Amino acid sequence: MPNTYLDFEKPLVELEKKIAELKRYAGEKEIDLRAEIALLEKKAAELKEKTYQNLAPWQRLQLARHPERPNFLDYVELLFTDFLFLHGDRCTGDDPAVVGGIGRFEGSPVTVIGHRKGHNTKENLACHFGMPHPEGFRKALRLAKQAEKFQRPVIFLVDTPGAYSGIAAEERGQSWAIAANLCSLARIETPMIVVITGEGGSGGALALGVGDVVLMLEHAVFSVISPEGCAAILWKDASRAPEAASALKITATELLELGLIDAIVPEPLGGAHRDPKATAENLRLELRKWVSQLREIPPSELVNRRWERLRRIGSFS
Amino acid sequence: MRRLFKDIWRKHHRYITVKPETLEEKKKEQLWLKCPKCGELLYARELMKNLKVCRKCGYHFRLTAFERIAITLDEGSFEEFDSDLGPVDPLGFPGYPEKVACAQQATGLKEAILTGSGTIEGWSVVIGVLDPNFIMGSMGCVVGEKISRLVERAIERRVPLVIFSASGGARMQEGVFSLMQMAKTSAAISRLHDQRILYISVLTDPTTGGVAASFAALGDIVIAEPGALIGFAGRRVTEQTLREKLPPHFQTAEFCFEHGFLDLVVPRQEMRRTLAHILALHSERG
Repeated sequence: MPNTYLDFEKPLVELEKKIAELKRYAGEKEIDLRAEIALLEKKAAELKEKTYQNLAPWQRLQLARHPERPNFLDYVELLFTDFLFLHGDRCTGDDPAVVGGIGRFEGSPVTVIGHRKGHNTKENLACHFGMPHPEGFRKALRLAKQAEKFQRPVIFLVDTPGAYSGIAAEERGQSWAIAANLCSLARIETPMIVVITGEGGSGGALALGVGDVVLMLEHAVFSVISPEGCAAILWKDASRAPEAASALKITATELLELGLIDAIVPEPLGGAHRDPKATAENLRLELRKWVSQLREIPPSELVNRRWERLRRIGSFS
Repeated sequence: MRRLFKDIWRKHHRYITVKPETLEEKKKEQLWLKCPKCGELLYARELMKNLKVCRKCGYHFRLTAFERIAITLDEGSFEEFDSDLGPVDPLGFPGYPEKVACAQQATGLKEAILTGSGTIEGWSVVIGVLDPNFIMGSMGCVVGEKISRLVERAIERRVPLVIFSASGGARMQEGVFSLMQMAKTSAAISRLHDQRILYISVLTDPTTGGVAASFAALGDIVIAEPGALIGFAGRRVTEQTLREKLPPHFQTAEFCFEHGFLDLVVPRQEMRRTLAHILALHSERG
């Protein structure tokens, strides 16, 4: 069971605690409470389904930001073997918010690049809460180019509130670094798969989010601006963020419907953090499918298709 | 009693005088503009003659897209592209259609960008100009599409591309559609680079967010107007995260130049000449 609960999960959590207590009591006192426990467990399962089946966008955002949600390091552990982390942008330094390296996926080498979030405040302070500086974006591009040279597929794992905002980030050219990624990634001649695993926050996400296919985990979000920021700017009231979360259409189902992403990776009931292993297995199936499909396409053709895919995005009159 | 009478009279007096005063002020406003930087009162017609640059402190007022075209291209050379493209409301965002209608009425534009072809001191270019008065020059689907088409025309005709940016960034009301225009326009520019066609990007006040972090940063040559606000994150956001006041020239054209992100900072009076200079240097091979 997770240690952190969201507001809307409270009734479920209380029930789950009760069941655990009852089980312990039954064990200690050697009383047969199986019938009662079964009844409560059934009730809990129903409540679980009811709670998670119709999540509002704002609630999904809470799941996407959940501190125990599997992060880059968890996925590396669960999905890849022989992983070797590589460091530095060859210019400024090594951004702790962007991590990457080479490993094997189902036996073949791949490059994996992503944002790094922590599971607690200490970890998050060390990796800037997954918010990259320019050197992070440059590191990502360097590793993608390296993958292109050796014709390895690239898998991007996107999970960031957005690009870091601060004096140093601006001094080192935050805008230029993001733009350079968008421009150069469009031309990389090797398969690139983007997976938004948690928060797909604006330009900071997109700079690691250009690929041949874009997947989203079921409760992940992808947005042009944080709902808090949107509400603050548009309505001068950050507390109206839940409303903005709905208006911005940030959830996987909405974005699939709008044709902005290609597929959704299902999560276990209650969210990825309740069963990271099962989540990773679902992701493995989807990745296996796309890696083998994209490998069949000649690299120059991949670049053309990538362009055509982007070229079509937009609606106007 | 006398006092009361006086008060009534005073109130009355105020009422009578306030109204004509505001009318008078309004009239003054049309004739006179106050420089937001140095406070100098500038005669509007003279300011226009000076390309909307304050004669006292050199402050560059923001220009509408029409004004920019007029002072940049040779007279009568502009031919507009895709003038019929207008925005839709792809997300059903509350209040968005009204906001668009309001902006269209206020600016006389259908969207935040004007694109077309023309000549600069005789040199052919295709040109895009963002208008900061249209929902902060923000980039939604139409801006992204018009820039992509503009790039395609530059490739087709093999003429240089010039874009004047003035934008707060991606347009929130079109959500991820807007965000993806960053990727779309940047990929379009990458194709222009493949075709070895010159792209001059001019950053004007303000160039921030998703526009600063996409096509605007990708020029072969990147120029800015003096004093223009240029940066990724909004000043307020940065101030909030850092909880400290930022240095006054933070995120200005001069700041970006100092840190090596601009080729040139060019005053408005010299812009046309500079563009022509660059175009001439790229007019023949080797």
